[in-house]
Amino acid sequence: MPIVQPKSLIYRVVATHIFMWFFLALIVFPLLMVIAISFRQGNFSVGSIIPEHFTLDHWRLALGIPVVEADGSITPPPFPVLTWLWNSVKIASITAAFIVVLSTTSAYAFARMKFAGKGLILKGMLIFQMFPAVLALVAIYAMFDKIGQYFPALGLNTHAGLVFIYMSGIALHVWTIKGYFETIDPSLEEAAAIDGATPWQAFRMILLPLSVPILAVVFILSFIGVVTEYPVASLLITDAAKYTLAVGAQQYLYPQNILWGDFAAAAVMSGLPITIVFMLAQRWLVGGLTAGGVKG
Amino acid sequence: MGASNAMDRSSSRFAWLRVLILSLVILFGGYSVILMYVNGEIAFALMTTFVLSLGIYIFTNPKTYAHRYIFPGVAGMVIFILFPMAYTVALSFTNYSSKNILPLERAQDYLLKQTFKAQEGSYQASLFAAPEGKFRILLTPTEGDNTDLYMTTVVPMWDAAEIKKRGANPDLMPGVEVPHKALKVEQLPEAAAIERKVLFQYREHLRALRFELPDGKLVMADQSAGVGNYSAVRPQYSRLDGGVVVKNTGAIISDGNTLFDNRTQKHLRPNFDIGFYQYIDENGEFVGKPLSPGFTVGIGWDNYWKVLSDPGIQQPFFQIFVWTVLFAAGSVFFTLAIGMVLANLVQWEFLRGRAIYRVMLILPYAVPAFISILVFKGLFNQNFGEINLVLETLFGIRPDWYTSPALARTMILIVNTWLGYPYMMILCMGLLKSIPEDLYEASAMDGAGPVHNFFHITIPLLMRPLTPLLIASFAFNFNNFVLIQLLTAGRPDIIGASVPAGTTDILVSYTFRIAFEGGGGQDYGLAAAIATVIFIIVGALAVLNLKLSKMDKV
Repeated sequence: MPIVQPKSLIYRVVATHIFMWFFLALIVFPLLMVIAISFRQGNFSVGSIIPEHFTLDHWRLALGIPVVEADGSITPPPFPVLTWLWNSVKIASITAAFIVVLSTTSAYAFARMKFAGKGLILKGMLIFQMFPAVLALVAIYAMFDKIGQYFPALGLNTHAGLVFIYMSGIALHVWTIKGYFETIDPSLEEAAAIDGATPWQAFRMILLPLSVPILAVVFILSFIGVVTEYPVASLLITDAAKYTLAVGAQQYLYPQNILWGDFAAAAVMSGLPITIVFMLAQRWLVGGLTAGGVKG
Repeated sequence: MGASNAMDRSSSRFAWLRVLILSLVILFGGYSVILMYVNGEIAFALMTTFVLSLGIYIFTNPKTYAHRYIFPGVAGMVIFILFPMAYTVALSFTNYSSKNILPLERAQDYLLKQTFKAQEGSYQASLFAAPEGKFRILLTPTEGDNTDLYMTTVVPMWDAAEIKKRGANPDLMPGVEVPHKALKVEQLPEAAAIERKVLFQYREHLRALRFELPDGKLVMADQSAGVGNYSAVRPQYSRLDGGVVVKNTGAIISDGNTLFDNRTQKHLRPNFDIGFYQYIDENGEFVGKPLSPGFTVGIGWDNYWKVLSDPGIQQPFFQIFVWTVLFAAGSVFFTLAIGMVLANLVQWEFLRGRAIYRVMLILPYAVPAFISILVFKGLFNQNFGEINLVLETLFGIRPDWYTSPALARTMILIVNTWLGYPYMMILCMGLLKSIPEDLYEASAMDGAGPVHNFFHITIPLLMRPLTPLLIASFAFNFNNFVLIQLLTAGRPDIIGASVPAGTTDILVSYTFRIAFEGGGGQDYGLAAAIATVIFIIVGALAVLNLKLSKMDKV
């Protein structure tokens, strides 16, 4: 750069670096701490970031392996974390797949077709999506109680019921996908229509293959949304073996019985995959997130 | 596009399939609706009818071809978002609560099943062994001049092991749903009764057993006395289908809901103002204590008035409301302030390693919130939390984060800022790109520094596009239930509140506690009333947001 920068600039750059390091230390501290705690002996001991008494016991328990203590007694894993993780992954993948299908078809109609009440429905979806499910929990509970009387497989305490209610959270994704569709030139589909393609064929053969990236974004976002959902899952699922991770993770930190070390291992184990996926895909996810609203 | 054209073509090919599916849907749906209606679930029947007929209309009418694409999604939203909301609003006008949970008929059935102990009706049971491990049971009177003996035929008895094997439902045990018939006998059997020690093995079954005497009297275990003690009972209430004449006024009440108390010889009627059965006096007025269980009735605006006037609810409600607004506004302010500054820093061209900083700063956003909130819950623990450890080493203080209201609120704001600033940073990074460079160059010509630029160029230009997003963020935090529930669960509690309420509760978590936390009794009606108020606030915010973000120009 040809311009000679003022000397004060160097001080400002250095100061910014120092500030950034300080701030990052503050931000990352809780995360590093919880990793350290997961390798630290016992559930109550305090200590430095690098554990003095390194142990893998908490990780063994998190993975469902009983631990043999020094005095010969055996500690069984306190909670079935792997089962919870599997429940969460199962529910989230099925829901996310359904959400992608539902919101893609809706978004196609909203982006390409003219029909009565289009603007109203679009706006209505966005407004009603802002109402938190927590407020209607009594009604939701009553509803699943009733559904369970007719279709026990969809009632209370079932994963299918949970998938069902999560599927209603499509509004933001519809907006995201609709926005993406609108960036694709409709003349492609019009050409196909002239060649005799039905709207469905034009959608499936032309628009859909072009939209894979945004569908992946919606899949990941709804996957994360479902995994982190807490209130509805905690109300509908009562069986400890059927808990999702978000409901189960709480069980470690009851005031009477805090299993700090065990929690740390379980939290790192289950939180890390999602964190890594998010960080890897963040460049694409960020667009989808900021288009509609706030991470839920 | 040739929508109707295409429809015609596909309809000719799959006509039979469509008819088949349609008839199945109508048949099955109609059947469920009738079933719901018969069971008295009017709201659910209405909702199903609505969604079903909408679906049938859309999938059979060529004009609504486009709607078929959006129907599944919209139907899902109607069923799982709109219907629960409408149901909640409807609940807010009732006294639905743990005390008034049954419909009137069920409450009446419950009362009609109640019994009271008849006079001279105490019996002692003794068991006599019979073949195949079964028994005959003898009832011997234990009070008054009564000397009649009654004996059952050979009946099976379950011991503790048997009950465990068969599941602990007492209704399944023989002689519980259908009482054993006991016949009058003249003399005691010759064999000796089994010992009391052995009798004890059957105590659970003995406590549930019922007998019917030849005169129709029901004999049930006396739960207040020891195992093997029974007493003859009579139904406490009977229904007066013919109605009752009110003594002083002469009016006849014959709605089929009037009950007669066989013990006190008084009349009871359902009081629809409070949702309980109550005794009536000679003038037909309600007197005395309400009788549990209550039933659900509409009570108009009472729940809303309660929020405004009952001091045990009003004061906590307003305190919580103020904190909710402060919390939401504070969260937006702090996350925005930090996010905006960081966004400016990481986009500064002279800063090396910007990309790494950017990725690291997004980290809190990438960790699932329920995990990071629980991590903070542990780190802030007063006794062994790492945060207090650091504070004690550095400053020698050990704050009680969970017992002091002010500190608990501070902690919540700290955690929420940690969770939320990356979102604001991402938003600002996107918007900063749209600010033209020459504005800063012109400002630099005038000798303005970076701080001056930030406050006079960046902030004013960012605020306008940010406003709708800030409103959305405010609405989100206004209802940030997960944070409060997982971090403090609303505690420390407000002293003197008549329903559970905490100093860190926000309106949603307060509503949740009223509905689902025991203690003061779960009051679904009141919770629904507060939920309705929040619906209105959120709705207003949502509409405002839509207007400002110009999304309404669709």
